[in-house]
Amino acid sequence: MLEDLFKMVKDRFNEEQKDEAEASAPEIPKDLLFKCPRCQNVFYMDEFEKRKKTCPVCNYHARLSAKERLDITVDKDSFKPFDENMVSLNPIGFPDYEKKIKGMQDNTGLKDAVVTGECTIRGYRAVIGIMDSNFMMASMGSVVGEKITRAFEYATEHKLPVILFTASGGARMQEGIISLMQMAKTSGAVKRHSDAGGLYITVLTDPTTGGVTASFASLGDIILAEPKVLVGFAGRRVIQDTIKQKLPDDFQTAEFLLESGFVDAIADRRSMRKTLSNILRLHNYKKIGANWQHG
Amino acid sequence: MSNMTATQHLEIIREKNRPTVNDYIPAIFNHFTEFHGDRHYGDDAAIMAGIATLNSTPVTVIAQVKGRNLEENKKSNFSMPHPEGYRKALRLAYQAEKFHRPVICFVDTPGAFCGVEAEKRGQGEAIAKNIAEFMTLKTPVISVVLGEGGSGGALALAVCDELAMLEHALYSVISPRGFASILWKDPSREKEAADLMKITADDLYNFGVCDKIIPEPVGGAHTDPAQTADNISEYLISAVERLSKLDIPTLLDNRYKKFRKIGVFSE
Ligand SMILES: [Zn+2]
Repeated sequence: MLEDLFKMVKDRFNEEQKDEAEASAPEIPKDLLFKCPRCQNVFYMDEFEKRKKTCPVCNYHARLSAKERLDITVDKDSFKPFDENMVSLNPIGFPDYEKKIKGMQDNTGLKDAVVTGECTIRGYRAVIGIMDSNFMMASMGSVVGEKITRAFEYATEHKLPVILFTASGGARMQEGIISLMQMAKTSGAVKRHSDAGGLYITVLTDPTTGGVTASFASLGDIILAEPKVLVGFAGRRVIQDTIKQKLPDDFQTAEFLLESGFVDAIADRRSMRKTLSNILRLHNYKKIGANWQHG
Repeated sequence: MSNMTATQHLEIIREKNRPTVNDYIPAIFNHFTEFHGDRHYGDDAAIMAGIATLNSTPVTVIAQVKGRNLEENKKSNFSMPHPEGYRKALRLAYQAEKFHRPVICFVDTPGAFCGVEAEKRGQGEAIAKNIAEFMTLKTPVISVVLGEGGSGGALALAVCDELAMLEHALYSVISPRGFASILWKDPSREKEAADLMKITADDLYNFGVCDKIIPEPVGGAHTDPAQTADNISEYLISAVERLSKLDIPTLLDNRYKKFRKIGVFSE
């Protein structure tokens, strides 16, 4: 993740800001800079890191790996993973799909695009799921669908709340119709959890689109979104091709969704633990320990 | 089992004269009465909905409307619904539940409409809500794919107890054109995509997604629309009878399991 980010910054910097950078800050190694993809401002990487990867000017919340998200969200040593060894097969015989998966696994250290498990957050027990856009844009195939479904079924059985950090490019094309069916499977499990009285909090992170937006990401009792993240059903390019005109800059941002009435609140990453634990407290979930630690 | 390729099926469902719900509804049902609007925003002509009798049983009919000519297609937005279309469908589904009517959905869409207004009014939320609510709708739900069923826009009317497909119909995660465009950045490789994607009725029957393949006359539905309508009607009558015998908890449990079991992975 970090390497990708450095590379991304470096590439952008080289392409777009070459002259300016050379003129204004010739002595700064470019790897130490972050350029915000939303407001285009450039910052020292350590400042960006200190702010949990949020932009100091526009507060854009940059993408995190599942590991990074877990580290800043759950109580220390509280996470117990589910279904760690589940891997995709190749249901439609898509050419080189196994090779692609293997490459992704080697690059990310993940088996597929979602990490699920049980944890505590400031002492409150919860089932948590975190999607990681580094793994094939966190597209949903059989593994994502099955792990999310099992997480909800476990939570329903144990009367636990579910918190999902969503991110996705949509359905995983390489698994054909099987990936489309994961939308129904996961939504069915969400509905059962809801009918049983269980709480489900969605946190929309950058980017949440396609089949994930059109299934479990839109079904939270409470839907939060990180600032300035991209959330939508159709891709921006597809819409632009359809309407043949330029889209407004804030189109499909968290703020656009708030204004349109589709999210409950914009939630800052740096107070996410408090926001989540407060919601859990207000739903009468009990703290199981006062000795939680973080960091 | 047919030996035709997906591309050959695709050519048949693109026949100019392929019948649509505008042909089938009068042929299959009696007393069809159309109801409009989602009660929130507007009426979407891409989805037609109403009540009717099927062999004297009252049913609710919800159908994606593919036009038979440019004029009809302009009106029905080439069968690409907006959120208010899906919300109208859900409103009518709740009404069917209340009055114990089976729901019959006809799927025929390249996908939900992709546009600024559709996003602003929550296309993702509308589809998600239909999927979740149809999963627990306390009345039998039968979906029939007539031509092409593409993506979440099709699935929003296809969470059901039984999914049937006309013999030449295709049902896929995205249209073959969209698939080629996303994976190869080349929409003109549509036919190659169709043959790769495993989207024919036989393929879907083998995956356990499709429960019944409804035969079409030789050459396709357009060669004998009345016969095709009879075939659909015969299937629907038997399916309604079969599903109406189940008590609601069993019906819903079977419906959940129908989707719950789909997934290909190892652990
Ligand atoms: Zn910024």
